Amino acid sequence: MGQLVHASAGKSAALAAVLAAGTGDVPQYLTFSLGGEMYALGILNIKEIIEFGNLTEIPMMPAFIRGVINMRGSVVPVVDLLARFGGKKTEAGRRTCIVIIELSLDGERHDIGVMVDAVSAVLEIPRTEIEPPPSFGAKIRTDFIDGMGKVAGKFVIILNSERVLSVDEMAVLANAGAQGEPQRIAGAAA
Amino acid sequence: MSEIQAIFIQEARDQIAELETGLMKMEKGDRDPETVNAIFRAAHTIKGGSGVVELSAIEAFTHTLENTLDRVRNGELGLDAPLIALLLTCCDHLANLLDATEQGGSGEQAEIRSAGDDLGRQLMARLDANDAGADKAERITSVVEAAGASEREACDAGAIADDTWHISVRFGRDVLRNGMDPIAFLRYLLTLGEIAHITTVFDAMPDAQEMEPESCYLGFEIRFRSHADKAAIERVFEFVRSDCELHILPPHSKLAEFLCLIAELPEDDMRVGEILVKSGALTQDELESALHRQEGSKPAAPAGVESAAVAPKLGAILVEQRAVQSEIVEAAVVKQAQSSEKRAAEARLIRVQADKLDQLIDLVGELVIAGASAGLLAQKSGETALVETTSVLSRLVENIRDAALQLRMVQIGETFNRFNRVIRDVAKELNKEIELVITGGETDLDKSVVEKIGDPLMHLVRNAIGHGIEPADVRVAAGKPAKGCVTLNAFHDSRSIVIEVSDDGGGLKRERILAKAVEKGLLPAGATLSEQEIINLIFEAGFSTVNQVSNLSGRGVGMDVVRRNVQALRGNVEVHTDPGRGSRFTIRLPLTLAIIDGFLVGVERASFVIPLDMVVECLELPADAADRHYLNLRGEVLPFVRLRELFEVAGEYPRRENVVVIRSGAHQAGVVVDQLLGEFQTVIKPLSGLFRNLRGIGGSTILGTGEVALILDVQALTQLAARRETESRSVSASAPAAFR
Repeated sequence: MGQLVHASAGKSAALAAVLAAGTGDVPQYLTFSLGGEMYALGILNIKEIIEFGNLTEIPMMPAFIRGVINMRGSVVPVVDLLARFGGKKTEAGRRTCIVIIELSLDGERHDIGVMVDAVSAVLEIPRTEIEPPPSFGAKIRTDFIDGMGKVAGKFVIILNSERVLSVDEMAVLANAGAQGEPQRIAGAAA
Repeated sequence: MSEIQAIFIQEARDQIAELETGLMKMEKGDRDPETVNAIFRAAHTIKGGSGVVELSAIEAFTHTLENTLDRVRNGELGLDAPLIALLLTCCDHLANLLDATEQGGSGEQAEIRSAGDDLGRQLMARLDANDAGADKAERITSVVEAAGASEREACDAGAIADDTWHISVRFGRDVLRNGMDPIAFLRYLLTLGEIAHITTVFDAMPDAQEMEPESCYLGFEIRFRSHADKAAIERVFEFVRSDCELHILPPHSKLAEFLCLIAELPEDDMRVGEILVKSGALTQDELESALHRQEGSKPAAPAGVESAAVAPKLGAILVEQRAVQSEIVEAAVVKQAQSSEKRAAEARLIRVQADKLDQLIDLVGELVIAGASAGLLAQKSGETALVETTSVLSRLVENIRDAALQLRMVQIGETFNRFNRVIRDVAKELNKEIELVITGGETDLDKSVVEKIGDPLMHLVRNAIGHGIEPADVRVAAGKPAKGCVTLNAFHDSRSIVIEVSDDGGGLKRERILAKAVEKGLLPAGATLSEQEIINLIFEAGFSTVNQVSNLSGRGVGMDVVRRNVQALRGNVEVHTDPGRGSRFTIRLPLTLAIIDGFLVGVERASFVIPLDMVVECLELPADAADRHYLNLRGEVLPFVRLRELFEVAGEYPRRENVVVIRSGAHQAGVVVDQLLGEFQTVIKPLSGLFRNLRGIGGSTILGTGEVALILDVQALTQLAARRETESRSVSASAPAAFR
């Protein structure tokens, strides 16, 4: 665990430096790549970024819940964003990170980690540079998208973290996944 | 709200509970004068406390209540059922007032106030009705007393001709620091009578540079006109009794007693004398003659003997004075033996804020994890001395853990006693006669569990009264006593606590439950279930056998909520019923929610923890049982679950597998794992809400390596395995044609 903290401390420091650079009222976003696409998340909810590893899998869970990690004594679930969007499981690579996001649920704060291919930068995207989400064609559910930010002539998908990481919705999906299991086993047994 | 008010509210709640308990006892026919005294004392303490912390609304209301109780105590007012009911309502009102104060209002909300005024009027009405009769008697007494007094005056030449009390009080240095305000006591004193004269004594005040602003240097000489007795006046100062010097001289005290007072007070004799003259306690002549007499005795003895001669004299007077008191005290001690014992026990307690305790438990949890990691490293290093040291350390940590958890343990009796009132109210409402029997109230339980078990228990008890116990005529017809009986019982059983709610009513009717379940669509018609399965249907969501919503069960809480609440505490609830004889609900809960002794097992590379108190034994999986899901355990059939299969862990089966035999309640089952890794102190970390629908996993913990391990919920696990087996059977039964 000590190594983990040290490794993540380096990255956190880098993040802090980037965060300190940006000022003013222009909203800031953390951009990251996932399955070849660029995504962005508002930085206000982001607690830290840590290296991928030491993950404990939870049985009987759908693919998009990868497991839990120990983050300095508290147990934090990790969501595979690509699988959550309906794609394949993210393959862990050298640059794979877990972004820890703080959400509030029923007035209580709690942390969720999301697994991303690589973290790129913290950017300021002025509101004038953000287009409304397209009604279709973005490959992911429209309600997951807050807007399409224009960065250097390219679009990045700005995610709505509350919807993407809705604990209620994911818990229901997890339940459906768990109940789907017996059928598979039953089929195999028959 | 100030801190002192918060303390007052907390203490007042205890007093109200005492008040309620006493009233309930009296209602059952207890006419022990000590019970009445206890009730009165409780009311009095609330009143006194509220006066000190300046909660006037509570003080005013309790004043009326106290007056009523005082009459009861003196036997002037008969305590009948309507009065007890009225007094119980008063308790409720007091609790409401406290709630309102705690929530920031000053108990002034119109609704509460009007309720209070109403109750006050009812109390006054009772008092007035009584007074009409008592007045005459009182007048006679006062005439007799007056006659007695004049007689006393006549024969007591040394008495001071005055009808006022003399109160001499010197507050201790720490009175202000303890949160007491001297002025509040004076104000409270005024509720008993009238202050004829008051002199403030500030002689103890040092020079300005030495004075500490937080210390109290004040004292008072008070002439006090009142009909209260000495004990009542003394009680005014109850809260600072140990922290002040208090002398109360009754009216018509002898000069000698004043002399004694003068000698006892810390100030210079002459100075005290002056004050007394000024306050009107003594006339100048009296003082002079008194001092003269005192001095007169001095030359009679040589200097050395002087103090010795005077001292016994003062001592004698003191003893004389005390003798009166000790008599009263003695009588009181005999009477109050029980309550004073209890009070002594209370005095040894310290109130600690709950979050401080929680913080301690959290820290101990971290300590346990850190200790495990240190132990692991020591094992790896192979240095004997290091291993030995860490093992000593881990044993100490274990002790600290147990002691820390013990701090949060409270007796469940208090929770149980609350139901006395519930039973009384509800039984009255339903016109049933019901007795509550409580056993095992001294059983310890984690405070956080106690807080959360109240609601489920309340529901079970209400159910027992409402649905369990039959009306009296039905009972008599069935050959049972007309008075129903609800029993609350608690005991420890292998590191868990068992709470039972049982009644001697009609029991659960299987046919009705079955019919209802089919009607509600919980079951297909014609389904075959075992008797226990039918009974367990009552825990299903959307199930309720009552047709009309009564006042009792109209709170929208069903048995499914009871089960959910209990399960949220990592416990389970079972029901046994005996048609015609009653039913028993058994709640089994873990003793604590924070740290448990666990048994670590491994499957492939993952680790799991099984609560150690459920583990019976471990054995190697016999080779011949490999393709079945049961084995022969010393002649008994032991069904088992393969974690590897249930959790779909990828990888090859190891050459040797192990079975952990577990017991939950009356059932035994096996869990098949790869490795047995031994005992492990498990700090329970709750899993995120994401996993709230996950069955079979009770929580998580952090291993010495920093990795997360999952805690198995063994009972849910076996249920899960059973369900899957049934489902696979029904799938293969329903679709054989497609596969063949």
